[in-house]
Amino acid sequence: MSPNDFKTGQDAKHWAEDPRVRDEHRERERERERGDTYKFVESIHFCCTIKFTMFRNQYDTDVTTWSPAGRLFQVEYAMEAVKQGSAAIGLRSKTHVVLACVNKANSELSSHQKKIFKVDDHIGVAIAGLTADGRVLSRYMRNECINYSYTYESPLPVGRLVVQLADKAQVCTQRSWKRPYGVGLLVGGLDESGAHLYYNCPSGNYFEYQAFAIGSRSQAAKTYLERKFESFVDSSRENLIKDALFALRETLQGEKLTSSICTISIVGVGEAFHTLDQETVQGLINEFEVVGEEPPADEAAPPEQGAGTEAALAPAAPAAAAADEGAPADQGVAPMDI
Amino acid sequence: MNFADSASAMKNLLGSEGDSQRTLYPYVTGTSVVAIKYKDGILIAADMGGSYGSTLRYKTVERLKPVGKHSVIGASGEISDFQEIMRYLDELILYDNMWDDGNSLGPKEVHNYLTRVMYNRRNKFNPLWNSLVLGGVKNGQKYLGTVSMIGVQYEDSHVATGFGNHLARPILRDEWHENLTYEEGVKLLEKCMRVLLYRDRSAVNKLQIAKITEEGFTISQPYSLKTFWDFAAFKNPTVGAEGSW
Amino acid sequence: MTKQQANWSPYDNNGGTCVAIAGSDYCVIASDTRMSTGYSILTRDYSKIIQLADKSVMASSGFQADVRALQKVLSARHLLYQHQHNKQMSCPAMAQLLSNTLYYKRFFPYYSFNVLGGLDHEGKGCVYTYDAVGSYERVGYSSQGSGSTLITPFLDNQLKSPSPLLLPAKDAVTPLSETEAIDLVRTCFVSATERDIYTGDKLEIVVLNASGIRREYMELRKD
Repeated sequence: MSPNDFKTGQDAKHWAEDPRVRDEHRERERERERGDTYKFVESIHFCCTIKFTMFRNQYDTDVTTWSPAGRLFQVEYAMEAVKQGSAAIGLRSKTHVVLACVNKANSELSSHQKKIFKVDDHIGVAIAGLTADGRVLSRYMRNECINYSYTYESPLPVGRLVVQLADKAQVCTQRSWKRPYGVGLLVGGLDESGAHLYYNCPSGNYFEYQAFAIGSRSQAAKTYLERKFESFVDSSRENLIKDALFALRETLQGEKLTSSICTISIVGVGEAFHTLDQETVQGLINEFEVVGEEPPADEAAPPEQGAGTEAALAPAAPAAAAADEGAPADQGVAPMDI
Repeated sequence: MNFADSASAMKNLLGSEGDSQRTLYPYVTGTSVVAIKYKDGILIAADMGGSYGSTLRYKTVERLKPVGKHSVIGASGEISDFQEIMRYLDELILYDNMWDDGNSLGPKEVHNYLTRVMYNRRNKFNPLWNSLVLGGVKNGQKYLGTVSMIGVQYEDSHVATGFGNHLARPILRDEWHENLTYEEGVKLLEKCMRVLLYRDRSAVNKLQIAKITEEGFTISQPYSLKTFWDFAAFKNPTVGAEGSW
Repeated sequence: MTKQQANWSPYDNNGGTCVAIAGSDYCVIASDTRMSTGYSILTRDYSKIIQLADKSVMASSGFQADVRALQKVLSARHLLYQHQHNKQMSCPAMAQLLSNTLYYKRFFPYYSFNVLGGLDHEGKGCVYTYDAVGSYERVGYSSQGSGSTLITPFLDNQLKSPSPLLLPAKDAVTPLSETEAIDLVRTCFVSATERDIYTGDKLEIVVLNASGIRREYMELRKD
């Protein structure tokens, strides 16, 4: 096969015979056989395999190059960055949205970075991934809110801000001289159509959720939220915070939940977006008895989907939640019953 | 705006009119708009004359237009500028509707947007030569505001532009109250319009009244007011004026 | 067609009077609510007072469109300040910001006459008074707007503040109690309303002190 054949892309047979490409295909076949649904966001697994088989990925050097399988690796890597960040979760009722995150210091000597930002009185974001990118995007969102209320003297609808944000992220996936933002944002807010929670992804995709979790070990929190989300719609403000704390604990995998390692923020009807102070949070943790528990000895860490990196991140941390991909939620070894 | 800009603008404004690309004075104008709040919403009245100086040039100019689902705008001043404003507003509402997300611009938002447009144009020394009235109801909230060509804006329970501010508002201050029914409101507006018809030479006897409530808006078909001209001075205005016919 | 309008002007004067008095632990900011153009009243109930931060309140008269634009700029700037610093702007900081914002438009000015009242870091009342292009001064009391020519000499007479030339500098705050200051403000406006056609309808008084902010209203002559 000559390089020219590839460029013109006239004949699919030619590039399909390329061993590296063939390998990709085989890998996908194997995934299907395993019964895994192929997920865009969890492709790191896949990339690692390619590296392990000693093939350099030739489609990942810039954002604008497609892989023959129809993927943009740079964008996917950016989405991996979101998983590296410490967890952030969000959940909403009809009237309130709660954002919560785990604060992890970079070193023993440093303080942690701020992960929840107020955008306006009616909107806030929790981020996971590159905090620096998160700050830039929060500043953009603040500006948009200020500009909108300058023109209309009313708050910018949450969904519209999220679309603007997603469009901004999308541009970075289509310009050779740019890089995608390496941050995932949970955008919570209130407008005339109610309370909203969105997840914004580096790819420019966005989704609306009842509850969601992002960042490292967020799968455990997601499992908790999946089990309980149906009750969130009519949840009270206090119960929402309670569920936020419990979901947050899931991501800690045995570490004790204290107010010093988490931030809780809330926005809702009659309540401008604000972050609860540490004493309040500790009070709630005590009140709800969200104790961190020692992991049972017999419980092994079940691999998450795409656990390659997650495990590498915390090789020694045993998982608190066994309920994972494939396992029915209620059957999972739930760390606590409420 | 920087100095160079404003200075050249000022020069342009004061310099010869022939090469000006800006509105130095209006051509075809509409006269007063009168509007009130009433029990269930807003009523706005305007006649349909378009004056070219002292010539009654157009007789069916619609000066009341809907803006989205909740608001109606009434305009006096340069008609072409108003039609330009309507192009802005229609686009604004179109984009608002395209989101289709349960949020919509209400009268307050539209009024503020208009104020920004008018003020920005005056900052460029290129005004839109209008006085605008914006009324609407959204979420049970009645809204009635006005904005002038230099961006002066305010809300009130009753507003009027141009001659209306001199002739109609004193009547409204006398007779307006919060609990006017629709019939009483229309009657009050017609009283104002009749006074304007008698005393404002550019007013014509063909008007429309817009009603905006929580349910939406309706703009009436054009109609006329009953007038009375049998005063002695009207019958033979030149009697006693020697030399006239 | 012959030209009918007089040369167009980007400015108008919508009238109005503003007064602010600083005391040792309070600040009173007051303004009437009439808005006029020429000999016409546009509305009888338009507030000229805006709270820009926890402890700074601005009263402005002049050209309403410029005043509104100025208020919006300051509010937006204060939002940015809060995002960046996680606190409310202090009154002296807001005073400097107001000056800069006015001067920024030095060659196409905001036609607005402002007094900024508030409490400083020590909780002491402070009043800043401005011209349209941003020069400003901290004083003990001030009056701006259409009725200021009637009110300023009266306040000078009643509140004889220590000369700013004195060394060491003396406090400019007035010796009155809060209630005395409010009464004085009421008297000022009742008097100004008698002679100034641009002042009237209603008086709005904002009082800032250690316990927070409070608004009071008093009817004025409507003719």
